[in-house]
Amino acid sequence: MLEITTTRHNPFVDPQLAVWGWEIPVYLFFGGMIAGMMILAGIAMLRVARGEDPESFFSVQTPLLGFMLMNVGMAALFLDLAHKLYVWAVYLTFEALSPMSWGSWVLLVAYGILMASALVRIGDSWPWLARTFPIVGRLSAAVETPSRLRLLAFANIGFGIGLGIYTGILLSAMVARPLWNSAILGPLFLFSGLSAAAAMVHLAIRIFPGRPAPQGMVGGAFAAMWQPLGPRAPRAGTENALVRADVGFLGVELVLLALLLLGLVTAGASQIAAAQILISGAYAPAFWGAIVFAGIVLPIALQLLELGHRIPHTVVPALLVLAGGFALRWVLVNAGQASQILQSASR
Amino acid sequence: MARFGMVIDTRKCVGCMDCVVACQTENDVPQGHCRDWIVTEVRGTYPTLEMEIRSERCNHCDNPPCVYCCPTGASHVEPFGKTVQVTANRCIGCKACLAACPYGARFVHPEGYADKCTFCLHRVKEGKDPACVSVCPTRCMHFGDLDDPKSEVNRLLGSRKWHTLLPEAGTKPRIFYLD
Amino acid sequence: MPSPSRRRFLKISAATLGAAAAVPMLHQASPFANAASAAGPGTVTTIPTYCEMCFWKCGGIASVRDGKLWKFEGNPLDPMSRGRLCPRGTGAPGNHYDPDRLKRPLIRSGERGQEQWKTVTWGEALDYVAERMKKIAAEHGPESIALWKHGTGARFFEHVMRAYGSFNKAAPSFAQCRGPRDIGNLLTWGTGLGSPERTDIANARCLVLIGTHLGENMHNTQVQEFAQAIGNGATIICVDPRHSTAASKAKHWLPIRPGTDLALVLAWMHVLVKEGLYDKDFVAKHGHGFDKFATAIAESTPEWAEKETGIAAGVIRETAREMARHRPATLVHPGRRVNWNGDDAQRARAIALLNALLGNWGRQGGLFLAAGMKVAPYPFPKFPEARKPKVDNPDGRWPFADEEVTTGLREATITGKPYPIKGWVVYAANLIQTLPNEKETIEAIKKLDLLVVVETHPSEIAGWADVILPDTTFLERHDDLYVGWGRQGWAALRQPVVPPPDDQKPAWWMAKELANRLGVGEYMPFKDMEEYLAVRCEKSGIDYAKFKREGIVMGPKKPITIEEGAEIAFDTPSGKVEFFSDQLAKAGFDPVPKYTPPEALPAGFYPLVTGRSPVHTFSRTQTNPLLADLVGENEVWINAATAAKAGLKSGQYVRLKNEDGVVSNRVKVKATQRIRPDTLYMVYGFGHTAKGLRRALNKGASAAQLNTRYKVDPLMGGTSIHRNFVTFEKEA
Repeated sequence: MLEITTTRHNPFVDPQLAVWGWEIPVYLFFGGMIAGMMILAGIAMLRVARGEDPESFFSVQTPLLGFMLMNVGMAALFLDLAHKLYVWAVYLTFEALSPMSWGSWVLLVAYGILMASALVRIGDSWPWLARTFPIVGRLSAAVETPSRLRLLAFANIGFGIGLGIYTGILLSAMVARPLWNSAILGPLFLFSGLSAAAAMVHLAIRIFPGRPAPQGMVGGAFAAMWQPLGPRAPRAGTENALVRADVGFLGVELVLLALLLLGLVTAGASQIAAAQILISGAYAPAFWGAIVFAGIVLPIALQLLELGHRIPHTVVPALLVLAGGFALRWVLVNAGQASQILQSASR
Repeated sequence: MARFGMVIDTRKCVGCMDCVVACQTENDVPQGHCRDWIVTEVRGTYPTLEMEIRSERCNHCDNPPCVYCCPTGASHVEPFGKTVQVTANRCIGCKACLAACPYGARFVHPEGYADKCTFCLHRVKEGKDPACVSVCPTRCMHFGDLDDPKSEVNRLLGSRKWHTLLPEAGTKPRIFYLD
Repeated sequence: MPSPSRRRFLKISAATLGAAAAVPMLHQASPFANAASAAGPGTVTTIPTYCEMCFWKCGGIASVRDGKLWKFEGNPLDPMSRGRLCPRGTGAPGNHYDPDRLKRPLIRSGERGQEQWKTVTWGEALDYVAERMKKIAAEHGPESIALWKHGTGARFFEHVMRAYGSFNKAAPSFAQCRGPRDIGNLLTWGTGLGSPERTDIANARCLVLIGTHLGENMHNTQVQEFAQAIGNGATIICVDPRHSTAASKAKHWLPIRPGTDLALVLAWMHVLVKEGLYDKDFVAKHGHGFDKFATAIAESTPEWAEKETGIAAGVIRETAREMARHRPATLVHPGRRVNWNGDDAQRARAIALLNALLGNWGRQGGLFLAAGMKVAPYPFPKFPEARKPKVDNPDGRWPFADEEVTTGLREATITGKPYPIKGWVVYAANLIQTLPNEKETIEAIKKLDLLVVVETHPSEIAGWADVILPDTTFLERHDDLYVGWGRQGWAALRQPVVPPPDDQKPAWWMAKELANRLGVGEYMPFKDMEEYLAVRCEKSGIDYAKFKREGIVMGPKKPITIEEGAEIAFDTPSGKVEFFSDQLAKAGFDPVPKYTPPEALPAGFYPLVTGRSPVHTFSRTQTNPLLADLVGENEVWINAATAAKAGLKSGQYVRLKNEDGVVSNRVKVKATQRIRPDTLYMVYGFGHTAKGLRRALNKGASAAQLNTRYKVDPLMGGTSIHRNFVTFEKEA
């Protein structure tokens, strides 16, 4: 028998760590999704740079969407900070051992890359902008040379991978939280980000079908908010490509998730206890229901049926994937806080 | 340069919480929060019992995860005594250090920054013991330089069996509990 | 990175102060948080004074930073604290800042006990009290006004009331606490053991604790010495139904069945005598009636005691031999709050006899001879003769009580016999939480024409008052000197550290003002306490200015043990240690302590034993923000197996119901291995019902409330606290 009592009673630390609520999961979800979108955009840009698929827009123009989503993620992060007025302190230093410092700088660079990438074919997406500010048109032309596009593509892919892995490493670097303390979290969040990105782009295509944008400055600006992808409808096969990619990403995610659990249940007592929080503990319903079934298995099945033309294309799988991606972050952030290194019952 | 640590004799400690109260007044710890606390650990089944009482706080680890995860350098290792400290006006309140500490030693100060035991550096600089050590009625707590082979803390560590908390975390904690 | 200098700390806090102004604050502003914002060196002054968080009266040094009380630490010159206070002393600033304190004088505006008040000036309040007192004195005589007291501040109330002819008084510290022990020892050695007890715990080679839970009970010096004894490798034998902190330090933990301690002590003595292990020289030289004693305990075998106590006979023998092995440096702690079963003076006497068998009187590691110092009294005029006997112990009902018996005074108030008691002045004694059976206390209050309560907090008894006089805390006032007895005599000074935060006044001032109004002003002839203290110091050859700076004056060093050259003598009728007490026999009591088994428990009921939390004193400190933050409510300890059978889990709330049907406030369950399966335990002093104690209101259960059936010690009037049986009712 082991009876442990403590007089400690710090808010959000006792009886169980609960310092991160909804904000960090939102931030990690958007961060991962944007990372995935950057990678997809990078691939599309490479193809454009090679002269393939010149009409493709689904990924070339997503940096604009990514840029806007990035602001949502960063807002969530900011809301989480307890000492908000000192946020600038992050950019006074670079802490080589701190994933969060890395992440802060990566985010800053990613912002720049997304902004630069958003210039690609901006004249198509937001004609009013190029017309009102001719400099935008000139900049857009400047980045669209094949060599620069290629550079931008590699930057997107490289920093996309970095950002995606970072969102997992941020948690996995914490020795104190056995559930997080696995390097698999990096690739897991990367692939979950990629699947979310593919779903998001797919969804965007469905939500923002090409239509002529209002040309005036005010109308154009509003239209751009609602219609960040550009005026032309996707080519045939684009949706299928996205769905195929999504199925692949989800498959990898499922394997990584299994590996994460396998790693935990075959390790020490603290890790086993941590895994049990997901497998059979307080977060089991959310884990099995929202993440594994509704977030991965069901969308894989639905999308395979879509690809086999058994059922029509709908937004349902994309929505499920997005919800599942958020659930993954939410469950892992919360269950991870509940996990701790256990004191051994005998000494 | 010194490397401060504590040696706490669990045989003498009665868990009276004097160390906790002293820390509250000395450091104006905000109400409802604590930088140190008492843990009692009971092993066995009635009537064959064994109990250890410990005064716990930040371990000022040699390998401090809270410092590593800090994005701004607010959490840092202070050259004076190689203690782990927080610079409040560098802290953004991201709480990563709270999650990173296996000992739960940190909390968010109501003003927004991460807070924890400082080893009472302001007192130590004046040649005094930390407040918790100085008030302890059982004199079970000892503070000193772990790098000085002749220090009281090293003498005690050499004379008795001891353990640290969660050594498996790899943090190399610097509070030693005499069995 | 440069090290943060104090200057830099200051800058940081200035910066965070700015941030705090800009960002909505999540926490409620507290004096401590405010102090945090203003952190930094500031101007710190230190003032020594002696503590009154409990009644051990340690010397401390208060630090005042920029005019505000900052912290309170031990005074290294003080032999009690030795420079270290207990958590309550350290938490004393919390008392000063406590938002639940009484702030202004109050006069009742509603029915008694309804806690409805109007705020009045000090003049109005004192005039009211004086008029009512005069009226009672005119109708019944001044002796019909009684004083209830606890603590140093009562000193001048007692003095003024005595001068007025109100000599009836009582303090719960006797019949509800240490009285049985004092009497048991007095009957045996010819002297009580005083406070602080003359126990040389530090040098004991073997320490026996019977219910004494040092470490939870924080009598500072004793806890310090307890740690020393542990450090010295002393053998500790702990008798307690609960695995107390002290038990966890013990070589032998004897989880005894509650109420059977006397059987164990008798059996121990039986082993010592039977096996010839006792100190024969000491007994031969200083013992009286040893043979009759030996005969009387001849039947008290370990086998017999095993059936009563639940402690194996082998363990009883082994521990007795262990005690004998280390004598005379074996100390059986006499206890302090020992009014458990109603036969406690005899149990205390048995413990005294056990100590006598171990020959530890005047020995190192035993009971040393306390030394004091002479401090001249203030030259007061002589008191008028008392016209009548006191009411609390009529016809010597409790023949060996050498102090006033509280329940006797209460009973006299109810019955009006031998003469009516119509006024109560209550100084810092929360009678509702202190005396057994609250109903009787309320019945007595209903007979009163005047109830004055002098308190720092709106306690339960204050809720029944006609007038409440808000006292200062000890950090805000002068008091009389504390002249202590111990290893070396000493005197300690109480002086104000900070002014009272509101319109509170020190007790001496109230007493002086009252004396003027009662026409006995000549008994308080000094202008203020400074003058009073200066006179006493001057007459005693103490440098008052230095005393004010240092807070402590030490008396002469004298030998206190035989090892140091002290001589021992016993002030009993026989001039010896009374193994057989002729005076007890003459009064019709057992001349050698005899064991009475506790009555059987009704099915489903458990004995409730009580004890202390290290951060609280009685029912006085539960609103102290520093201390309440650590222990804000009590828990009822239930053995884990018992709890599991009853379907109870730690953290769940239950109510306790006693055999008279009294149901407690809800209290948290602590299911634990650390207690006998047939016993419940609770820290007392919680479960407050006074509305003004906002922080403590309805937090935990009150042990006093459940103490409706009590036994009275026939020797000295002590009332039992552990003779109530309770069962639990699950909270819906």
